Amino acid sequence: MANTRGAAVKYDGVQKSYDGETLVVKNLNLDIPPGEFLTMLGPSGSGKTTCLMMLAGFEPATHGEIFLNDRPINNVPPHKRGIGMVFQNYALFPHMTVAENLAFPLQVRGVGKAEQSEKVQRALEMVELGAFGNRRPAQLSGGQQQRVAVARALVFDPELVLMDEPLGALDKQLREQMQYEIKHIHENLGVTVVYVTHDQTEALTMSDRVAVFNDGIIQQLSTPDDLYEDPQNSFVAQFIGENNKLSGKVIGVQGEECLVELDDGTQLKADRVNVSDVGDKTTVSLRPERVEFDTNTSMDNLVNGQIEELIYLGDHIRVRMNVAGNSEFIVKVRNRGEKRKLNVGETVQVGWALNDCKALDAVV
Amino acid sequence: MSDTTAGQVLTTKDGKPLKAALARALRREKLRSLALIAPLLIFVLLTFVAPILDMLFRSVENSIVEDTLPRTVVALRVWDPKSGEVPDEEVFAALYGDLLVAVEEKKHTRLGSRLNYEESGISSLFRKTGRRVNRMDEAAPFKEQFIDADDKWGDVGTWQVLRQFAPPYTDGYFLSAFDAQRTSDGIEMKPEDERIYMLLFGRTLFLSIVITVSCLLLGYPIAFLLAALPLRTSNLLMILVLLPFWTSLLVRTSAWKVLLQQQGVINDFLVWTGLISDASRLVMINNQTGTIIAMTHILLPFMILPLYSVMKTISPTYVRAAKSLGANDWTAFWRVYFPQSVPGIGAGAVLVFILSIGYYITPELVGGTSGIFISNRIAYHISSSLNWGLAAALGTLLLVAVMVLFVVYDKIVGIDNVKLG
Repeated sequence: MANTRGAAVKYDGVQKSYDGETLVVKNLNLDIPPGEFLTMLGPSGSGKTTCLMMLAGFEPATHGEIFLNDRPINNVPPHKRGIGMVFQNYALFPHMTVAENLAFPLQVRGVGKAEQSEKVQRALEMVELGAFGNRRPAQLSGGQQQRVAVARALVFDPELVLMDEPLGALDKQLREQMQYEIKHIHENLGVTVVYVTHDQTEALTMSDRVAVFNDGIIQQLSTPDDLYEDPQNSFVAQFIGENNKLSGKVIGVQGEECLVELDDGTQLKADRVNVSDVGDKTTVSLRPERVEFDTNTSMDNLVNGQIEELIYLGDHIRVRMNVAGNSEFIVKVRNRGEKRKLNVGETVQVGWALNDCKALDAVV
Repeated sequence: MSDTTAGQVLTTKDGKPLKAALARALRREKLRSLALIAPLLIFVLLTFVAPILDMLFRSVENSIVEDTLPRTVVALRVWDPKSGEVPDEEVFAALYGDLLVAVEEKKHTRLGSRLNYEESGISSLFRKTGRRVNRMDEAAPFKEQFIDADDKWGDVGTWQVLRQFAPPYTDGYFLSAFDAQRTSDGIEMKPEDERIYMLLFGRTLFLSIVITVSCLLLGYPIAFLLAALPLRTSNLLMILVLLPFWTSLLVRTSAWKVLLQQQGVINDFLVWTGLISDASRLVMINNQTGTIIAMTHILLPFMILPLYSVMKTISPTYVRAAKSLGANDWTAFWRVYFPQSVPGIGAGAVLVFILSIGYYITPELVGGTSGIFISNRIAYHISSSLNWGLAAALGTLLLVAVMVLFVVYDKIVGIDNVKLG
């Protein structure tokens, strides 16, 4: 990022336990370069919010150190960290007007009155709420409150902004619109953003990099397209996007490829991602849109399956099939307006490329 | 759909105007609700509102003179109280006729005690005259006979009182309640040493404010802690807060007597530790200190509960947000938390103040003479001196004072800002 004025964040061997028995965050090491938009994605209870709260200073790390611009901040109280934060339910002060809310961080920093009102107005205009300064938060719609919260977190020019599921309370359409707005604000200002969400679409849309959390551990830290195309384990494959799981056993390894025998005896060629040797149990992961009905013999994998259900979804058709003993096998067929008819009960051949199916760790 | 309403009147299926039909349905609904609350409403009206109105009415009601001495009252109308002379024979004849009937019905003593509130000695005058009136000679002039029976009948002052309280309504009770009296020169304040009620009103207001403020100072941190603690711990603490509620008010007040008296627990302890000498034991009871301590303790839950219920609704994220925006602990509390807890302060303060302004048992038991409230005086007039008219006037003043304060409070803080939960 060229016009960056963001801060660098570094988690170094950070652990967190609330009760002294179980670790909520286990040995977290994470480097966030200046100006990056990093999303912590994971199911609830995966430790992502705890990581954010430790960075904000509301939860102490029980082990390890967090650095902000190479400065350790474990002993710095939250109000001295200078980190902007957008809360889940916005946390706009209900007894202040929008302008007063925005002026608050400037007041506590002793910024002069004239500069205050100028900065407040500029921040309001940035989120296109220039005329709303005198309203109370309760008089605004959810989307407007959201924008005020973003403006308030940015008005004092922090180098780092944290966002804790900020779009969770909005309806779908507004959420998508806000995703782009936040992304554009990030691009314009060049601040570092650490964003927490459990919504994978949000994570893929907005982020430079995504850290997928589960069980207190970062399962994979990559760019959105890498996460989708090359999941490193079954959890990531399962959590990001839709996914067909076929469980089996490795019966042959050749470089980066391997041969997998599924439970019903079907043999598949797959990318060797997360299995080491012959005899390993494995789960083969396959995206529904990579399965083809127009098969030809040059395809790496060709399997017969029975169509169990057809669901018409406009731009595509979801076909639920029974393939290799898995009756939840989904195929997405793009709706090209062709006359090709699929019928329930019909047995057809489907095929896919070796690179589209990944041999990952076995799901217990 | 909506365009059909433009020109024509909407009707029901059978052609009646829809608006009227809806109004009728709504009216039936209202009547039904009224019928549901009717038993309670009637009960409250009969047992609460009516007696209170009756009591308030007593503060101006004064028909006893006219009822007991109807002819005298009529005869007195022509007498000029400023003449400095006792009324003439005609009035005394009327008084004789009235008293005969009154003595027969044994009503003259009651009138005597009523007028005794205004001027002492009248009670015995009526009792004495009542014994003599049957033996009076109807042929001889009554004036001499009455004066012979008691010199007071020859005193202009007696007649002035009779004349002044002859009308069926009087402002005498209210004047007394204001420490004022009506003399022949008009209304004036009573002599300095006879004034008591204004002092008591002032003290009641002052002590109530002191008690409210101490309740707030003691209750706010507890409510804050209650709202911040996890549910299990806060429930336990809540039980401790509510525990006094489950103990009799008398027991609690008596406990304060034991603690605070000069030979009591606290003084003994302080002497034992050597902080004070045995000779200079602290006087903490039977004065204002006792009233303030005991009442603050008793009314504390009424402050804590509304505060707690409001603070419970203040999300901890607000304080976090304030800190993340750069506010230190105090600023975050004072600028963000405290303003949101003001409705609770309002509700608690109003509750404690209104309760304490009418409090009676505790000041009676621990207040001594310097710590009693106006309500103790009202109770005295109700049950001991039986001057119900004055008690009613004092009660009315108290009610008006509370209402005025309420309006002032509404103007300053705003009733909308009061929240009980």
